[in-house]
Amino acid sequence: MKRHWWKVLGILLILYSIIFGFLGDVPKYPILHETIRVLYFHVTMWFAMIILLGTSVIYSVKLLRNENLVIDLKAKESATTGMILATAGLITGAVWAKFTWGAFWVNDAKLNGTAVTILIYLAYFVLRGSVDDSLKKARLSAVYNIFAFVMMIVFIGILPRMTDSLHPGNGGNPGFGGYDLDSNMRMVFYPAVIGWTLVGVWITNLKIRYQMLIWKKEESNA
Amino acid sequence: MLNKIKWMLGALMLFVSSTLMAQRPEVEMADVMRSNGKIYVVVVIVSIVFVVISAYLISIDRKLRKLEKDAEK
Repeated sequence: MKRHWWKVLGILLILYSIIFGFLGDVPKYPILHETIRVLYFHVTMWFAMIILLGTSVIYSVKLLRNENLVIDLKAKESATTGMILATAGLITGAVWAKFTWGAFWVNDAKLNGTAVTILIYLAYFVLRGSVDDSLKKARLSAVYNIFAFVMMIVFIGILPRMTDSLHPGNGGNPGFGGYDLDSNMRMVFYPAVIGWTLVGVWITNLKIRYQMLIWKKEESNA
Repeated sequence: MLNKIKWMLGALMLFVSSTLMAQRPEVEMADVMRSNGKIYVVVVIVSIVFVVISAYLISIDRKLRKLEKDAEK
């Protein structure tokens, strides 16, 4: 339990956000009504994604200084889990949009930015698949990962704030932090971000350990 | 002169009172679900889904740990 406490914490925090997400008090706003509670899932998963992709780029930078395949594995698996969270974020956002904006997708800077970001990271995996030599693969994908991360920040953090946007927090709209996220919501929101991040790290950890076991087996067989 | 003042006062009151139209009607929320207790059904169902997924994650973790232990030997 000493080594696994953070996994349990992650699960408990998400469970907490599910229970209090539905039962807790939220501010009442037109158009949103109860769907403001989607914030506890949609936004938290995007936050967790950013943290995981940040972890991935840190490992990539580490790899360029020390060419170690385990570091490369960690970079790759963090990015994979980041993409899983991104997909979940995109789908939940689309459903939320259908009920609040009237359409699953709108021609909006933030939405297009997130779609482009996902494509950029998918290209990261395609790049990895195209190179056979492990060290070369590690080096190339590490360099690409750094660019991908910077572009992610630009496309979902910077550009949407500079243009017109429907999305809260961009294009002159006050972000949820600005006026909607009252202290009741903050008490559920921030623990949920931590929870999703921890569970994301756990999933990444499982995949890394799985691959390392495969490598160990290959080594002992060779 | 008095008429002018009356007219301007009337116009002023009209403009001031028009700002009151900015008040929104009561925003409807899912109070019905809350009042008849059905919200708890929602919470329980989503929690169950999540607990089942967590249990699956835990079982994968355990299997990996066992394999890692065996590989050490």
